[in-house]
Amino acid sequence: MNFLLEILSEEIPARMQAAAAEQLRTRFVDALKAAGLTHGAVMADATPRRLWLIADDLAAASAGSAEELKGPRVDAPAQAIDGFLKKTGLTRDQLEERDTGKGVVLFAMLRREGRSAADILAEVIPQIIRDFAWPKSMRWGAASHSTASPRWVRPLVGIVALLHDAVVPLTVHGVTSGRATQGHRIHAPGPLDIHSAETYVAQLRAAHVIASSAERRTLIAARAAELAREAGLALIPDDGLVAENAGLTEWPVPLLGRFDPDFLSVPREVIVLTMRTNQKYFALADAAGALAPAFICVANLVASDGGTAIVGGNQRVLSARLSDARFFWEQDLATVRAGGLEAFLPKLENIVFHEKLGTVADKVARVEALATWLWDHITSPLGGEVDPPQAAGEGAATGSTQPLSRAAAARRLSTSPQGGEVTALAARAARLAKADLVSATVGEFPELQGQIGRYLALSIGEDPAVADAIRDHYKPVGQGDDVPTAPVSVAVALADKLDTLGQFFAVGEYPTGSKDPFALRRAALGIIQIVLKNDIRLPLRPLLRVAIGEPLATQATPKLLDFFADRLKVQQREAGVRHDLIDAVFALGGEDDLVRLLARVKALQAFVETDEGINLLAGYKRAANILKAAEKEGPPPAPPASGRGEGSEAALASALDLALPTATQAVADEYFTDAMAALASLRAPVDAFFTDVMVNDPDPAIRARRLALLARFRDAVHGVADFSKIEG
Amino acid sequence: MSKSLSFQSMILALQSYWGSHGCVILQPYDLEVGAGTFHPATTLRSLGPDHWNACYVQPCRRPSDGRYGENPNRLQHYYQFQVIQKPSPPDLIGLYLGSLDAIGIDRARHDIRFVEDDWESPTLGAWGLGWEVWCDGMEVSQFTYFQQVAGIDCAPVAGELTYGLERLAMYIQGKDSIYDLAYNDAGVSYGDVFLKQEQQFSAYNFEHANTERLFQHFKDVSEECRALVAARLPLPAYDQAIKASHLFNLLNARGVISVAERQAYIGRVRDLVKAVADVWVSQQLPSPSGEGLGVGPGRPSASFPTPDSSPEGEGRA
Repeated sequence: MNFLLEILSEEIPARMQAAAAEQLRTRFVDALKAAGLTHGAVMADATPRRLWLIADDLAAASAGSAEELKGPRVDAPAQAIDGFLKKTGLTRDQLEERDTGKGVVLFAMLRREGRSAADILAEVIPQIIRDFAWPKSMRWGAASHSTASPRWVRPLVGIVALLHDAVVPLTVHGVTSGRATQGHRIHAPGPLDIHSAETYVAQLRAAHVIASSAERRTLIAARAAELAREAGLALIPDDGLVAENAGLTEWPVPLLGRFDPDFLSVPREVIVLTMRTNQKYFALADAAGALAPAFICVANLVASDGGTAIVGGNQRVLSARLSDARFFWEQDLATVRAGGLEAFLPKLENIVFHEKLGTVADKVARVEALATWLWDHITSPLGGEVDPPQAAGEGAATGSTQPLSRAAAARRLSTSPQGGEVTALAARAARLAKADLVSATVGEFPELQGQIGRYLALSIGEDPAVADAIRDHYKPVGQGDDVPTAPVSVAVALADKLDTLGQFFAVGEYPTGSKDPFALRRAALGIIQIVLKNDIRLPLRPLLRVAIGEPLATQATPKLLDFFADRLKVQQREAGVRHDLIDAVFALGGEDDLVRLLARVKALQAFVETDEGINLLAGYKRAANILKAAEKEGPPPAPPASGRGEGSEAALASALDLALPTATQAVADEYFTDAMAALASLRAPVDAFFTDVMVNDPDPAIRARRLALLARFRDAVHGVADFSKIEG
Repeated sequence: MSKSLSFQSMILALQSYWGSHGCVILQPYDLEVGAGTFHPATTLRSLGPDHWNACYVQPCRRPSDGRYGENPNRLQHYYQFQVIQKPSPPDLIGLYLGSLDAIGIDRARHDIRFVEDDWESPTLGAWGLGWEVWCDGMEVSQFTYFQQVAGIDCAPVAGELTYGLERLAMYIQGKDSIYDLAYNDAGVSYGDVFLKQEQQFSAYNFEHANTERLFQHFKDVSEECRALVAARLPLPAYDQAIKASHLFNLLNARGVISVAERQAYIGRVRDLVKAVADVWVSQQLPSPSGEGLGVGPGRPSASFPTPDSSPEGEGRA
């Protein structure tokens, strides 16, 4: 027997329907499993007004069950026996006595009768509905005199519960089940009695309701494309919009409308956003790919006049909205033509960026300075000679002194525009990047921040690199987003994010747990993506010091650097890079150049996964343990100045003599694979040493010499990475 | 549709329709408000256990939306038609659709859609779930089941309908400009009645309103509100809160309230409304018509001080 459940309600928000159907299915399957009722396929779906589920081939009843429970011994205290009787619900004479070899024990045989499917459904369906979790739910009606009254996504209207063709009687949330539902509001008004689970979908179709959301989606997409084709245009595909319209209609009828081509003077993004977000229309393109002055809306009925009134109404609405948009756009154009994008800047002084961090105008000033500083340090021929303007004291002395190789310095961002010109353009782009936030158009369409600034910049002949940077400095916004590569965009995008991070860390606003209200994780991730994508050689530490600013730089920089390490681990996990290896390189302390750090980690990962690597790691751990134990006993006596021992001991010493300088040089040259190879050459001597030599020789001088040798070995390894952080 | 309804005929049709469905037909509240919801017949009456059905036209003032009469779609003064039914009746959607029939919208030719719209008023500390109702892609009404007002759970829940009258009329009459609407059937247009008002009030709102005095007024009405709350006179106190809200809107239109201050001002108005609502609710006694359901020990007593328990001096402000 098939089972039908339909939960009829007032209109369910489109975005919630798919998840709700899946939740209904899962809860139903789980409930039947718990009740021991077998069934075939279960499908659940939704229309704007109903959640529904059909389960095939329900068993007529659940199987009975028998369970044996072991109780106390016959001679146990009466209390214990009474407790067992209470637990099982049986009487003493229903218990069985059995000799278990350890005395005579009482057993209870519990038999459960199978229950009919209808009984089970009448019990589980109300529970499913009561337990149902909506993203937002509400109370309604007379019952809501109590604040504990039923909740549903919108008022619940009716429940159809049919086992084949018989109503499963149940009541929940004040609604009693039956077989009456409702068809399309216009095409099939009034109650509709469903005969059986098997006829449900067909009966709804006859009542102008397409029960299947997939069918509605297919219909919308196909018909919209067809209408576009008939008009000589192409539909700009938009699956999200298809799904949303399928969630707003029970009988979708796509219709094509047009708007005045004069509106095409408004930026395309504004028009598409107006149509998509505000009106849920599909946009269309002409043969050349340009936006066409037409749209497709999806009505929920077959109108008696063929849709003329509906198209006319929608055209008027869109026209009013586009008039408004054009009014804002032209107002902004007039503003920048009269006074440039600078005309907007004074208004930024009125927008608070954050209560502890001043206004957006303050932020713009910081970003401009940072973008300039940053670019100067990326492009300086020797790159690594970093001398942050404010960074005095010991914090600046550590870490910022690793020279970048000339080769690396030569690997620059794209070559044009060059040097000082980029600095000037970056400064200008940074100064103008936030101007559009106070434009009328962005006031209406906040999603278009940056894009509008770009169009306005181009309209008054700003350098295209500046215009692009205004648009792109927010990027990347997520893992899948474009990463800027144009030099000016890179400079402003980095500076903007660095400033955000540095400033929030300076005032102690860190993300905690799932709370990251200022999207700092995204900012850090964005910086990592930009740096890696463009192969930018830039030590982070001095940069972060500048972004944080005095007097808090020394205090906040290590915390921010750790934050970057964490973000890098998360970001690289997807690429299969091991987090322990990132730790092993970060633990060295000096490394804050992300490109170099990652090259080192990758070489390390390749190495530690070879036989040599695995064995060397084992040797390292053994050496480290011995050293740790020895260090616990106190500082080792100074080893004798001379004497290298003999055999395996001398061989290890010689191998170290060779490997150490090689590895050091290779690291300095950033030939990390070579550094690993140098370490690999130590594997055999180390293995032999541990096989042949006893470190803890009775002679303290010999022991000291051998400990010193192991310490040298450990230090050599640490020249490449802190192997103690490596797992395995 | 045959001859489309004039602006005033549409209002009469809505009043007559909802009047026949049990609503008390009220007149507009005589203070400046930003939305029909501010009328005490909605804000205060949506709280407490009594049944309540009312409808009314409410002029709304949104100083920032003024366009000197030059934009065909925006006004700083316009009309809403407001319906409140508490508790929400079983088929409020059906009743609502009936009201569209009553004003001549042929639902076999027009596409009516219920699009998710969760309503929230930070100033009133209120929220509800519902939809914006679209007619051929135009938002013609808001449909909300009130869940909380002034931070207090609605028990029972009221259903609230708000019709944007000018938009609806533009739709019904097929006009592209508000000013071209037929106000009556004798040749008077909406522009004849309201164009001068839009021009002059836009100038006042944006240019001439004396902000120093407005700030002072804001302080004065806030203090008056608190004094009246202390005197346990929630209705007069609420008038002062409404005035505070409108003064804030004027100051906002004059551009003298920074983004940071904005939230603080909204918070101040909300606190006033909250203080008023607490007194109001404490004075709601279960009446026979409200059946007194749910007013008992189960209610959160902290938000519902009884008149006896806190005689004077609400310390809320």
